[in-house]
Amino acid sequence: MAVPVTPGKALTGPPVTYNSDLERLEIELLLEGIFRHYGFDFRSYAYASIRRRLWKRIEAEGLRTISELQARVLHDPEMMERLLLDLSVNVTAMFRDPGFYRAFREIAIPLLRTWPFIRIWHAGCSTGEEVYSMAILLHEEGLYDRARIYATDINDVVLQQAKDGIFPLNRMQEYTENYIRAGGKQSFSEYYTAKYDGAIFSPTLTRNVVFSQHNLVTDRSFSEFNVIFCRNVLIYFDRELQDHVHALFYESLSMFGILALGSKESLRFSKYEPCYEKLHPREKMYRKVQ
Amino acid sequence: MTSAPTVAYSIVVVGTSWGGLHALRELVGDLPADFRLPTILVQHRHRESDHLLSTLLQERTRLPVSEVEDKAPIEPGTVYVAPADYHLLIDRGFFTLSTDPPVRYSRPSIDVTFYSAADTYGPATVGVVLTGANSDGSRGLRRIFERGGLALVQDPATAESPTMPAAAVRCVPEAKVLRIADIARTLTSLTPADPAATRGHAVLPDPGGNSARTAPGGA
Repeated sequence: MAVPVTPGKALTGPPVTYNSDLERLEIELLLEGIFRHYGFDFRSYAYASIRRRLWKRIEAEGLRTISELQARVLHDPEMMERLLLDLSVNVTAMFRDPGFYRAFREIAIPLLRTWPFIRIWHAGCSTGEEVYSMAILLHEEGLYDRARIYATDINDVVLQQAKDGIFPLNRMQEYTENYIRAGGKQSFSEYYTAKYDGAIFSPTLTRNVVFSQHNLVTDRSFSEFNVIFCRNVLIYFDRELQDHVHALFYESLSMFGILALGSKESLRFSKYEPCYEKLHPREKMYRKVQ
Repeated sequence: MTSAPTVAYSIVVVGTSWGGLHALRELVGDLPADFRLPTILVQHRHRESDHLLSTLLQERTRLPVSEVEDKAPIEPGTVYVAPADYHLLIDRGFFTLSTDPPVRYSRPSIDVTFYSAADTYGPATVGVVLTGANSDGSRGLRRIFERGGLALVQDPATAESPTMPAAAVRCVPEAKVLRIADIARTLTSLTPADPAATRGHAVLPDPGGNSARTAPGGA
């Protein structure tokens, strides 16, 4: 019943003779194999996203099916490393959603001022763009010296990049625009030095940042925080894992602590919704109230 | 089963860029208030766009217009707008968002949404390409057609920007090329699959045990 592919057409993705139930089975087996052989647990990641990322790896390796990828991954640790990067690296930007940062400045910062010491957990910080954004914001609000940011990610490679604080120079125009719209008070270029094609951010921004590995799927809470920042990470998880992580966040937040999510993420589908109050009508900023 | 099964549809995905606002307003304005198929609109727009597009569309229809949030269920009789600066992926009965890199400079990418609709809902998918100034959507429409779905394209002669629909017709010569009013009429005439289809249960009768035709996942 399948329509043959027109030869020569650069089509990507699954073959045309296609059975999505079978593909689901292949992906479940692959993820189970990766978990049991390597210990990386992607079994509760959002299916549609992980499927898309798997196919990108399959194409990059010149393979044809999920099962072929499984055979290669289980026997070749280097293939696993490449796949691990595909599956665990989330793309972000400095001051992504400037409206959110503006609202954070206007609404959350006055609340933070009432605390003598501010502990912030940036969960799933990836390459660190938003950690530096938060550090800049706290610095400009005069709160940096009494803040400590715990920036965590599952992936060592991206954590090292985050520590290095070097971002592509060709993104700086976009980031500068974001910074201004986010209510930035200085000149954005004061925060970095351009060298070759990189923008090296000032090490003073990470003076109070602790980068460490943490796995939201398997690791437990490691402290109590006034702010938990986790934007566009939970979109890669399925509903059950999202609930699991919301439980972790709830346990890790102090009373009246602030939870910040991505602009299209919501507590609406979570059982923890009643435990929080909204701090803004649209931006996903919540305060723990019970 | 002696007679050919009626083709029933579960989902409509629409892609557009330049000129899309007017085209989408016309399209949703032409859909009747009892239109049952969930209709997902992917429009290229600035990464900081807000709810203005949804508001302008809501003015033209009695169907509820909703900007998609992560893991939101796909409900019948609802118009969904892909949020700016995310890819919109479709799973069985719900949405998943992604911040993976832009595809050919676009996020949302129409192709990304079309692929995931086609691979999830197979022949129960309807793809529509409207006005636009690039060729996003062509490959995705091809995928929808190859999975047995229905491919509709706005007549490039009637489009504010003909590039995108013309590219779609080149990539899917079998697509039906129509004015927007006729696209709306075609959509209205389709038989909606049982709503269970949007929750991921098979609904189409299996014509002879060919798993590739079992809706909604197959083909």
